[in-house]
Amino acid sequence: MSDTLVTTNRPTLAVWKFASCDGCQLSLLDGVDELLTLAKAVRIAHFTEMSRASVDGPYDISLVEGSITTAQDFERIKDVRANSRYLVTIGACAATGGIQALRNFAAPGEYAGIVYAHPEYLDSLDSSTPISSHVRVDYELHGCPIDRGQLLEVLLALLAGRRPVIASHSVCRECKARGTVCLLVSGETPCLGPVTRAGCGGLCPSIGRGCFGCFGPSESANCASLVTRLKGLGTPDATVAHLFGTFNTAASGFVEQAQSLRVAVASPEIRPRERTEPRP
Amino acid sequence: MTHGARTNRTISAEGISRVEGEGSLRVRVQDGQVIDVALDIFEPPRYFEALLVGRHFSEAPDITARICGICPVAYQMSACLAMEDACDVVIDERIAALRRLLYCGEWIQSHALHIYLLHAPDFLGCADAVALAELDPASVTRGLELKRTGNLVMRTVGGRAVHPVNVRVGGFYRVPDVASINALAEPLRNARDAALRTVEWVSGFEFPDVTNEYRFVALDQPGGYAIDGGNPASSDGLALSPAQFAEIAVEEHVARSTALQATLGGVHRYLTGPLARFALNAERLPAIAREAASAAGLEGPCGNPFRSIVVRAVELVFACDEALRLVEQYEPPNQPAVEVIARRATGTAATEAPRGLLLHQYDLDDEGIIRRARIMPPTSQNQLSIEDDLRRVVESGLALDDDELQWRCEQAVRNHDPCISCAAHFLDLTVERS
Repeated sequence: MSDTLVTTNRPTLAVWKFASCDGCQLSLLDGVDELLTLAKAVRIAHFTEMSRASVDGPYDISLVEGSITTAQDFERIKDVRANSRYLVTIGACAATGGIQALRNFAAPGEYAGIVYAHPEYLDSLDSSTPISSHVRVDYELHGCPIDRGQLLEVLLALLAGRRPVIASHSVCRECKARGTVCLLVSGETPCLGPVTRAGCGGLCPSIGRGCFGCFGPSESANCASLVTRLKGLGTPDATVAHLFGTFNTAASGFVEQAQSLRVAVASPEIRPRERTEPRP
Repeated sequence: MTHGARTNRTISAEGISRVEGEGSLRVRVQDGQVIDVALDIFEPPRYFEALLVGRHFSEAPDITARICGICPVAYQMSACLAMEDACDVVIDERIAALRRLLYCGEWIQSHALHIYLLHAPDFLGCADAVALAELDPASVTRGLELKRTGNLVMRTVGGRAVHPVNVRVGGFYRVPDVASINALAEPLRNARDAALRTVEWVSGFEFPDVTNEYRFVALDQPGGYAIDGGNPASSDGLALSPAQFAEIAVEEHVARSTALQATLGGVHRYLTGPLARFALNAERLPAIAREAASAAGLEGPCGNPFRSIVVRAVELVFACDEALRLVEQYEPPNQPAVEVIARRATGTAATEAPRGLLLHQYDLDDEGIIRRARIMPPTSQNQLSIEDDLRRVVESGLALDDDELQWRCEQAVRNHDPCISCAAHFLDLTVERS
């Protein structure tokens, strides 16, 4: 990312949604000054949630929210990549498959059968996979949801032609900076802070709640060691499995812990949804 | 997208904009008659009701929040209340007041988002709020300030504006201190003034002269305008517990939609959301909101879906006023949460998400593990009513060219602030004039 986008006349920004909750792209609509200033700095060329106007690509920057869960989206992400100079993913779904990646560990078709009377109507894969599994990604922003400050930093960095300054260390350093007393040490509260990427500012520990890993694994996270510590606190296997296996369940680092403990937890009985006759 | 002659045509909108989530619209016109209107929801399914099975009841508020980034508090609140119903726990009044304050924050940010960024541009011929900001910067700035105040309330009580972290079954993790709650008073007073100006602004828009017959369903909550709980009631006289409502509200899976469509008893379509709440509960609004409604020409139930933006603005006044009242009367709960002991039971609860009634139902086992989950979001309940609105818009708008008709159809969908992410659990327009 050495060249600058500002050399072109108002770079174009596109926002794309895949399987997700819209929460990360909502961050773009949140700020008073930022949104209108951003609209001056870049041309918002495609952003379905915000505008009915859409300009054809190619685009200078594409922000991609959500994971790949359908055959159609499997093709669509390739088009987005081909039409984008920089592709930045926003949020846990796009980075690791999100909470909907829990299906990856269920029997094929099991989840669809619980929710839908007619799974045959669906175009839905048995897995939820991150964007980077399908196309080259230039930058990943983590978090469920992302931090708006981090998003603005990445956009500013791309516009200025510099590398974004985003922390890759763990939440622990944010707790120290904030002066939060360590929950694992003092309160013996199960906390994923030591293995979770910074970005939230140490939010949950500051209200006396253990980190539940919504930013995914930090760089060189020693998850096995933390599992030993959590078990030492008497945390049940199911609780530890669910801590690792929820919002970033398929993330490398978390998935191994979630899976090894998940097998020890009895799988629930499956009750398919009752069928109703389809409307004519 | 135009196909064919005026009497036989297909209009389609692929990727309806300014709604949350992904959907499309298809209309087929033959010999000047509308023969089919379909709202296709192709938001990829994420199977929340399946992935909740096997989870501890305490995990439901955080997990279900992820269904929707626009109304996470609605999901958290319906989940908490359903679990508390299952475990036969009643939270104390101070915790309930704090929950209602958090929920007001979500109403303020969601309504401000919808009125200013998603819906108003339609009435002023703008593609989006950025174009609107060039035309009328003061209004867009006012809307974004309102949204910011809603976010501030959510952050102060819930920890963050998207997917708050402070909510748990039984109450909260930490009680906000008095100083941080007091600091909300001034921004909320300003927001209430801005909301009153919002009502004046939107009531000056031009509205198509239509009145639709709706079966309205909204929560009935003693003592106030329902937000954070209550019993489902309808404009044709139903008064039910959430569990009874869950029994008669039938959801069907149709081929074109990953959202299940709800009817009452498999027969009657119905509408939830601002129009329904206003029709059923307007007399419970505080005087400041009632007066704003009267001044805007809203007397009695409103059957014009295009005027939902005015009703939403009146609710914005209410939400700001209610939040301010709760701030001024704030007394910190003695404990952040009441203890909830799991038991084998079924719990059902509903709350009023900004876009309509949201029902959760869970079966728990002795250990508090979820064995079955049912989530009925507002958009799946409203989908058939939205399609009926669309049919009327197309029938009355056949003289319009395809581009104008498509815009009008999109607007008709946005009237109901559908949340497709929630519904699939929304929009492209296809009008086929064959």
